Amino acid sequence: MGETFLLELKHISKYFGSVAANRDISFSLKKGEILALLGENSSGKTTLMNMLSGIYYPDEGQIFVNGEEVVISSPQDAFRHHIGMVHQHFKLIDIFTAAQNIVLGPGGKGYGVRRINDEVRAIAEKYGFEIDPKKKVYDMSVSEKQTVEIVKVLYRGADILILDEPTAVLTPQETEKLFSVMRAMKADGKSIIIITHKLHEVMAISDRVAVLRKGEYIGCVETNETSEQALTEMMVGQKVELNIERPKTTFDKPILEIRNLCVRSDEGSRAIEDLSCFIRGGEILGVAGIAGCGQRELCEAIAGLRKVESGGIYHEGESIVGRSPKEIAARGVAMSFIPEDRLGMGLAPSMSITDNMMLKNYSDHRFGIRPLADKEGDRPFAKRCRRALNRVGAFVDRHCPFVDRKSARAEAERVIKELDVSTPSTETPVRRLSGGNVQKVLLGREILTDPNVLITAYPVRGLDINSSYLIYDILNRQKRAGAGILFIGEDLDVMLELCDKIMVLCHGKMMGVVHADKTGKEQLGLMMAGALDLAEEKGKPMGVAKDSQIGEDGTWNA
Amino acid sequence: MDNFLASAISFGVIFLFGCVGEILTEKSGHLNLGIPGIMCVGAAGGCFGVRIAMSGSDPSGVLVVITGILFALLFAGALGAVYAFLTVSLRSNQNVTGLACTIFGAGFTSFFINSVVMQNGADSLLAKAGQQFFGAHIPGAGDLGWFGTIFLSHGVRVYLAIVIAVVAAVVLRYTKVGLNLRAIGESPATADAVGINVTGYKYTFIVGGAAIAGLGGLCYVMGYMNGVVGSTVDQTIQGIGWLSIALVIFTLWKPALAILGSIVFGMLYILSSRITGISFVQIQLLNLVPYVVTILVLIVTSIVGHRETQPPASLGLSYFREDR
Repeated sequence: MGETFLLELKHISKYFGSVAANRDISFSLKKGEILALLGENSSGKTTLMNMLSGIYYPDEGQIFVNGEEVVISSPQDAFRHHIGMVHQHFKLIDIFTAAQNIVLGPGGKGYGVRRINDEVRAIAEKYGFEIDPKKKVYDMSVSEKQTVEIVKVLYRGADILILDEPTAVLTPQETEKLFSVMRAMKADGKSIIIITHKLHEVMAISDRVAVLRKGEYIGCVETNETSEQALTEMMVGQKVELNIERPKTTFDKPILEIRNLCVRSDEGSRAIEDLSCFIRGGEILGVAGIAGCGQRELCEAIAGLRKVESGGIYHEGESIVGRSPKEIAARGVAMSFIPEDRLGMGLAPSMSITDNMMLKNYSDHRFGIRPLADKEGDRPFAKRCRRALNRVGAFVDRHCPFVDRKSARAEAERVIKELDVSTPSTETPVRRLSGGNVQKVLLGREILTDPNVLITAYPVRGLDINSSYLIYDILNRQKRAGAGILFIGEDLDVMLELCDKIMVLCHGKMMGVVHADKTGKEQLGLMMAGALDLAEEKGKPMGVAKDSQIGEDGTWNA
Repeated sequence: MDNFLASAISFGVIFLFGCVGEILTEKSGHLNLGIPGIMCVGAAGGCFGVRIAMSGSDPSGVLVVITGILFALLFAGALGAVYAFLTVSLRSNQNVTGLACTIFGAGFTSFFINSVVMQNGADSLLAKAGQQFFGAHIPGAGDLGWFGTIFLSHGVRVYLAIVIAVVAAVVLRYTKVGLNLRAIGESPATADAVGINVTGYKYTFIVGGAAIAGLGGLCYVMGYMNGVVGSTVDQTIQGIGWLSIALVIFTLWKPALAILGSIVFGMLYILSSRITGISFVQIQLLNLVPYVVTILVLIVTSIVGHRETQPPASLGLSYFREDR
């Protein structure tokens, strides 16, 4: 009992409504150690840490710092006890400089631009950061922003640092740099809690591992006494096969081809630069790249939501550049994009599942007016009248102002049944469903239209392992049915197992296409960071199919 | 020409009060469309204060001015506090709340001035206060030629407005309070995470901004109109209030620019009454110019899209810490 911990949690619980985000959690942190907090998505890791940093207030339980009970009811309290948190979604002011962001907040010593710049540089040097205090945040890369966040916490005198999924947005090489900084901080006597669900990182950096599952504390183990397999079992609660099926299919002709595509981002910079690739029917093409490397812009360009600057997109050999999103969808190109907040694109949150089903095909409903048939032996005048009447009838039919709820409800019921969506009814607003169910509804609606090209971005974002596997199953089913699938993902391990080929993007440039069974994470990591450019190395243009469906007349502007 | 510029400045400071008040409010992330009503209430409160101070047998000029200002601050601040309570604590929709404040403020002012303040010969008392005390300027300013006419012939309200605008500019740009306030307007969640008292800041600057805007109303009645209070004064001030909000956009949320902008708006506003021999329609068209200029500024800043000239990022959004 003699040992006092730097930080101790006892019987902490937190409820959101009737849902327990954390239930009876107790663990402790020693001085100068790196503790990994491991758990699946939505297992309550972030909620727990938010209680330490004063964003949430625990409903039950006690927190001890240096053996004394403390109450942390606001972020100020957290800083008073030298606890600082780096949030997963950076909390930085875009229009401020790095230094301004760092000195933000009460306390500190006045506000002199030159002095704070010097202080920031001093901290950066001590731990080996690279930072320019005068740079505005909106000009920074993701890893620079993260550096600012960490320096901000250090500047405020934190001894306990909480890093929430710091590696999610970094390349493997940047991650290594972050880890060396973390080791330097540990050597300086700081204690670090790192939240993650990546097992190999846990093994690489941490001293001890605490595991959460569905809001409950499972246990704490010494890192060097455990293995990835054992940790997975703790995390998931049962023995799981970490294998994703990759069904063998016969690859069809290229169904979607992209040639020399250039697309601009919202800010006006090039988001996609000179990209060529193709997808065959019955194939899953993975797209790997760190966040914000043009994935979104690529999806939008294919779906017709974003202007193509130059280059061509061909569906079954026909150019679809400049077509409206509706026309493209009618050709059988379906897109499901799961943004970070999950609801942003594709579904209207406060509308019911039925209504959301209708968003896609509301205009297909007709009155059902049939044209009058010609009769033998009519006078020419009567014939002309009938033809005019038929034309009017067809026009009215096309512009039917009513929607068809009945069939939409049937579709909703089909999606609910087939994809096992848990919802009280088809009329429940989508907003009230849990994240996984929302994603199933979105994916289900896109699949219902029987697409021949399915573009899906981050379909398993924020899902637990079981739901993720269900989604992989759905994708594989489409693949067997002969659809070409563009799978934009985050987790390289998953992509290596699920996809047939993987295309790597680095700042909008294609670094090459590799067969998933002939590559490894190291190679992909180097390509993601831009250190390895297969397209250049091989010296021949990649991403052009030999049996291209595009005609020889050179309809694209090369 | 000298007189025209002097009038433009004299009128422009009414906008300046409203504009600086609204800038401070907007920097905290709240779009207060109640400013026109708050300026009305400021005028009502100011008149009430002046009326009380003038009721003695030999009122002191300084006392009358200070009482007027204090009551204007108090009344306008009170309505600002109502707005702050509704939008900060109860997180109601800012636009709806603001419009409600405007409607309430104008109606209250019309009632209060006509039925409470303007009784028992108050109009002559107010006129006297306006001319003698609020209009008092540095003696001999008229002898200094154009410089004196333009810059020195004004009552204390003009210099007060400029001092407030300069102080606001310095606070926003060079102090930690300003840095924290701007952070709240950009991203309250970020500000909260570093331990800034978001609610406290929001209340302070919404109420403070409203109080400053309220001085604009007083400034119109006692300063520009020399204490002559018409029965439809609330409508005129409301019009000025909307222009003040437009001026915020025109000056790109910068109080220092607002000093120049308010003089420009002052010129445009009084232009139609200074040009003789034009038709009624032409007068109306001239009165449109400030709005057209504001729209042009909006178009230009939107096209240029420079990050620093955009409104605070979380303007108009409610903030709740445990929101998920």
